[in-house]
Amino acid sequence: MKIKTLLGATALATLPLSAGVAFAQDLPACENCADSMVLMSWGGAYQASQVAAYAEPYTALTGVTITWDEGSNEAVAKMRAASEAGNMTFDLVDVEGPDAQRACDEGLAVEVDFDAVLAPGTDGSSPTDDFGASGSIINDCFVPQIVFSTTFGYRTDVAAWNGKTPDSLCAVFDLENFPGMRALEGRPKKNLEWALLCDGVAKDDLYDVLSSDGGVDRALAKLDTIRDSVVWWSAGAETPQLLADGEVVMGSTYNGRLFSAIEEQKQPIAMLWDWQVFDYDGWVVPAGLDEARMNRVMHFLHFATDTQRLADQAKYISYGPARGSSQPLVSTHATLGIEMAPHMPTNPANQKNYLVNNIEWWADNQDEVEAVFQNWLAR
Amino acid sequence: MLTADGVPLRRSLNRALRRQKLRAMLLIAPLLVFVLITFLAPIGDMLFRSVENQIVSNTLPRTVASLSDWDLASETPPDETVFRALAHDLVIATELKTHTRLGSRLNYEASGMSSLLRSTGRDVEDFGEDLSASLADLDPVWAEPVTWADLLGDPAWRAEHESWAATGQRSGAPAFQPSATALTALPRTTEIYGAFARITQEVNGRNLMRQDPWHLVAITLIEEIKADPAAAQAFAGEHAARLAAIAGADLAQADFTAAFADSNDRWITPTPWSVIALYAAPYTPGYFLNAVDLGKTPEGIAPRPADEQVYIMLFMRTLWLSLTITALCLLLGYPVAWLLANLPARQANLLMILVLLPFWTSLLVRTSAWKVLLQRQGVINDVLVWIGLIGDDARLVMINNQLGTVIAMTHILLPFMILPLYSVMKTIPPTYMRAAKSLGANDWSAFWRVYFPQSVPGIAAGCILVFILAIGYYITPELMGGARGVFISNRIAYHIGTSLNWGLAAALGTILLIVVLVLYWVYDRFVGVNNVKLG
Repeated sequence: MKIKTLLGATALATLPLSAGVAFAQDLPACENCADSMVLMSWGGAYQASQVAAYAEPYTALTGVTITWDEGSNEAVAKMRAASEAGNMTFDLVDVEGPDAQRACDEGLAVEVDFDAVLAPGTDGSSPTDDFGASGSIINDCFVPQIVFSTTFGYRTDVAAWNGKTPDSLCAVFDLENFPGMRALEGRPKKNLEWALLCDGVAKDDLYDVLSSDGGVDRALAKLDTIRDSVVWWSAGAETPQLLADGEVVMGSTYNGRLFSAIEEQKQPIAMLWDWQVFDYDGWVVPAGLDEARMNRVMHFLHFATDTQRLADQAKYISYGPARGSSQPLVSTHATLGIEMAPHMPTNPANQKNYLVNNIEWWADNQDEVEAVFQNWLAR
Repeated sequence: MLTADGVPLRRSLNRALRRQKLRAMLLIAPLLVFVLITFLAPIGDMLFRSVENQIVSNTLPRTVASLSDWDLASETPPDETVFRALAHDLVIATELKTHTRLGSRLNYEASGMSSLLRSTGRDVEDFGEDLSASLADLDPVWAEPVTWADLLGDPAWRAEHESWAATGQRSGAPAFQPSATALTALPRTTEIYGAFARITQEVNGRNLMRQDPWHLVAITLIEEIKADPAAAQAFAGEHAARLAAIAGADLAQADFTAAFADSNDRWITPTPWSVIALYAAPYTPGYFLNAVDLGKTPEGIAPRPADEQVYIMLFMRTLWLSLTITALCLLLGYPVAWLLANLPARQANLLMILVLLPFWTSLLVRTSAWKVLLQRQGVINDVLVWIGLIGDDARLVMINNQLGTVIAMTHILLPFMILPLYSVMKTIPPTYMRAAKSLGANDWSAFWRVYFPQSVPGIAAGCILVFILAIGYYITPELMGGARGVFISNRIAYHIGTSLNWGLAAALGTILLIVVLVLYWVYDRFVGVNNVKLG
């Protein structure tokens, strides 16, 4: 298994080089730029896809040394600590949309002028329009890379279900028909929305209910009904592991993780796309870089977020590219050779019911709701 | 008495001794510096962070000053002056993006402050928009950024700025200097414009002549001129005429209370104001109060709402589980240590390796191994189902709860109990037991009255070691404990990494440190640290 992964990674690493070289003449020279960079990302399969699709081609073109730090889970804490110490040790940080909002709000990340820094789409559209087409522009600091979703996977061999298969999100809250343990993230976001949806709240009213008095308590009360059957996870890799071990019968995680458990590792798991929650992941540039490092980062961003690069990343992991012009270029998986389009969260068959993470509501209410949720969890 | 070279003997001796002391100091210097930098300094920083609270007075200096007259117990919000001061502070804070941090800080004390400051932060730059528009209606020059720089800026600075602009450079603009006239005739307007100029030039790096001043500048100018129309006379030429026109014009009064109420009606309740006032001091006991489920209220210190009380419970859980783990370690470790000390060397060595082998294995590996053993589909459950002791649908839950934490931690900490016990037992001569028996004691009383008292220093050392290690454990409870089997240290890690409430994390850490020190002191009183033998 390990050897296969290694071989796969080498094969992946060599593939995009040819595309990169053909592109070399279009990459402008970088003046007064640092010759090394530290990028922070999530580790695992996701970071591997970034290494293969962006970092290695860029190093091949420019000779810049790229070092990776796997700290994105606590990106804002690390950026704040580095900023307080007056020594920003990372040049570019990979974060989810809400963390980008937080870093931007607190002045930890700098604003990026899309049209001046980023490459135009291959279809001629301006960067603003091209990213705007997928709705991924959240704030002025965030350069989006991918659209991903948080959704549920379930085991296909649970005897106690008597042949029934869950086809709706509310199966998660239905212990009678679908007994067994569930894996949920130990954070309020998404769990509260799902709980309310299964408590009879309509999609359009979700955030009105959550904002109203007792709205959060109502969601927690719904979660209380399954609380004794929940394993709380903190890293996205936990759910596929728990599912594969049979420790839980269903669980939420990022769709790419489930894809790799189902298609690459052939586990008896199936996707439950109902009410998947869309989110964006991308880069923020930390504040406090000197000019040479800033120039280098902007130069890298120009390269790493162009149409082809974003489409390349989808060869390695089932997350959709955040540029409109990249979508038609999404092809087959680099090693499995299967079509990636049906596994994308944005595939029409997969998004009959879906939510888009309400960044603004969560940015405003994160502190409050998080505290309530953690206290609920600790009791 | 003199030495051979004529120096008094005493001085010569002192010098030689001093050199020796210095050499000794130099030898320990690396360790001393290391301890200072990596141990004492971080602890000092932690203690400081747990009381430091300058963010409130730094972000809202004017509000804090003007709130000092407001009665905390009041049922009504403060008056317009305070609203104006807050608008002033918030405009600057939103430009500097510090209002979000402040919101997070105040939200630790009263839920709702974060969203309140964030949402009002979005609105505050538009406060008074209509007033500044009516000023531009009166005379279009007020819509020109240059008008403001000419009116309030020092003429020498203006000339310098002009020549800089002529060079076409983008950076290095000369910083705004107020004119003496403006400072005396329009002090408040000049102050606000000065803040605007500093942020525009230094923080945003923009050209002051191309940026519209905040509406707040226009509002303040109107008020100052209305209050004292004679101020217009202090200015020369066209400025005097323009200012006199404002004095004569019919312009509305700014109403910040209404603007805040419009943005969020919580501002016209006393709650947010009392939170700001209560936590305005640069140093606060707030984090410590929070760490023991208390909070400041206008009526004094009071317990937090029931659904926010978790820390005392977590501390008690941590202490209780640590005690359980220590007791289990003693129960399991004592016989093993006795065997180690009393078996022939060959077998004892083999046994010793079995004790040390897990001790040398990574903590994470051992914890993960326990996960594999204890989980529902794990080895232990599989075996129990296979031999028919439990049904397949009634597998034991031994993980993601307190039981999982206790089992894994007992195993991990066991060597810390066995090794001190063994080192003490090794020194107890076996002849004592034989002597006791020859004097008529049975096995039990020989052990209890002769052997056991001599092993007490080892028990003491083992218990204190295991307990102090257990109380600060993080990774094993995190992986094994689920939601209800976690320790206080997991909560500290959560506040450091996720909620970013570093003050509370520091306060919880400090309390943990104090608890350990107090227990150590109690222990010293009753057992005596001199009786502790670590080997």
